[in-house]
Amino acid sequence: MKTREYQQIDPQALATPTPTPPPRPLPEHKPRRARRNWEVFPGKNRFFCDGRIVVARQSGVLPLTLGLILITSGLFFIFDCPFLVKHLTSCIPAIGGVLFVFVIISLLQTSFTDPGILPRATPEEAADIEKQIDNPTGSSSSYRPPPRTKEVVINQQVVKLKYCFTCKIFRPPRTSHCSLCDNCVERFDHHCPWVGNCVGKRNYRFFYTFIVSLSFLTAFIFGCVTTHLALRSQGGKGIVFALQASPASALELVVCFFSVWSILGLSGFHTYLVASNLTTNEDIKGSWSGKSGNEVVGNPYSYNSIIKNCCSVLCGPMPPSLIDRRGFVPSDDSVQTSPVEIELPAAKNDINMEKDCLDFALSCAG
Amino acid sequence: MATEFHNLQELRHSASLANKVFIQRDYTDGTVCKFQTKFPSELDSRIERTLFEDTVKTLNNYYAEAEKIGGQSYLEGCLACLTVYLIFLCIETRYEKVLKKISRYIQEQNEKVYAPRGLLITDPIERGMRVIEISVYEDRGSSASSSGSSTTSSSGR
Repeated sequence: MKTREYQQIDPQALATPTPTPPPRPLPEHKPRRARRNWEVFPGKNRFFCDGRIVVARQSGVLPLTLGLILITSGLFFIFDCPFLVKHLTSCIPAIGGVLFVFVIISLLQTSFTDPGILPRATPEEAADIEKQIDNPTGSSSSYRPPPRTKEVVINQQVVKLKYCFTCKIFRPPRTSHCSLCDNCVERFDHHCPWVGNCVGKRNYRFFYTFIVSLSFLTAFIFGCVTTHLALRSQGGKGIVFALQASPASALELVVCFFSVWSILGLSGFHTYLVASNLTTNEDIKGSWSGKSGNEVVGNPYSYNSIIKNCCSVLCGPMPPSLIDRRGFVPSDDSVQTSPVEIELPAAKNDINMEKDCLDFALSCAG
Repeated sequence: MATEFHNLQELRHSASLANKVFIQRDYTDGTVCKFQTKFPSELDSRIERTLFEDTVKTLNNYYAEAEKIGGQSYLEGCLACLTVYLIFLCIETRYEKVLKKISRYIQEQNEKVYAPRGLLITDPIERGMRVIEISVYEDRGSSASSSGSSTTSSSGR
């Protein structure tokens, strides 16, 4: 994330040195390496390349996905392409190559991009929200209060916003908390173990490109391998001979046969979701179709036009990452032993703050 | 009543943080980024309502411009699709350009309008676009009395 030109004034910076300074630890603290935000990130994500790459804690079956794609495509290019180029056309490896590049790049982008993680609330924000919630109920804090919700009207539909106890925010519409990654993710679709990451607002288009290009690739390889085996078994030689001549093709055939149905099915399903501007999460829960017992309501986010829905989901502007992984942690973390501690009001008792301010005012006045 | 501060430098050196006011998001138009223009009561004595509303409305317009789905965003999207989105690594997207404009606007507003009144706006991007955080500063000399008043006002809420 590009560093902001303007930073919020650091409360610690407001503390000008006192006339009789106690031994300030600042010179000793200076050599301490400034930490980046990703190093103190509270969610269950892992970061690489100094915060540029973000993945879920468990990589799931991403290595398997990558391995299957690389091995099958590799076998295709090594064993089937020479035969097909000789007997058919040299376009085949070209098309295969383009599809393969599309698949690998979009897979890596889906896995390594921040899906739209919402950063957790700062302590002051959380306290502010708590104050607004506690007042109406006025209940004691001896038991955990029922889940808090806030209602908002979007496009003449009533949408309930739930309070997230982990992130201490009211979740924006279409946001959901992923328990595997322990983050709230905007426009949460699902957590995909095959890519080892959540699929959300920022990487949905990469995910869609991945499954569509993968379905083309598997169908293409399947077709080419079948053609290859058919050509080899011509002239009465039989399929067994063909398989013996090119055993790798048998493996590719098996992998592609089983993947093509599931991948094609998934692509079809997501095409339907894109066209109706839905997420997997909403579709499964039946938020807008009345499955969960609600009255039948329409999707308030849909533009009621397939083309407009597709364009807004796939060609819409790319939102920025909100978690600023490569920004630096504010220096007030490292100056904890400083005697002059002006902490933010919500985090501390007001009375202590008043006492601190008084003490400090007196010391300033000499 | 807080004394007048002349610029951000003075604010930095002679003020202490008294309170933070949060302007929440307005979701009535869906998931687009938009903030509520309701004037918070804590700022009643600090700034004129019209100035505050102008700031929030301008910010809302900037965000609407960033998220607008139109000709340029389609072009960007299609080009990105053709290059397997590698283009996002090379060029600055329109959203990022608008975010820079927003940063500059907030800094300008802080220097001209808010710092002289002892207030400071934090860029929403630093709070995950959830809130506009307005820090309320009190002059150090009067901090004893004014922090007392802020204690009573916060407990009475």
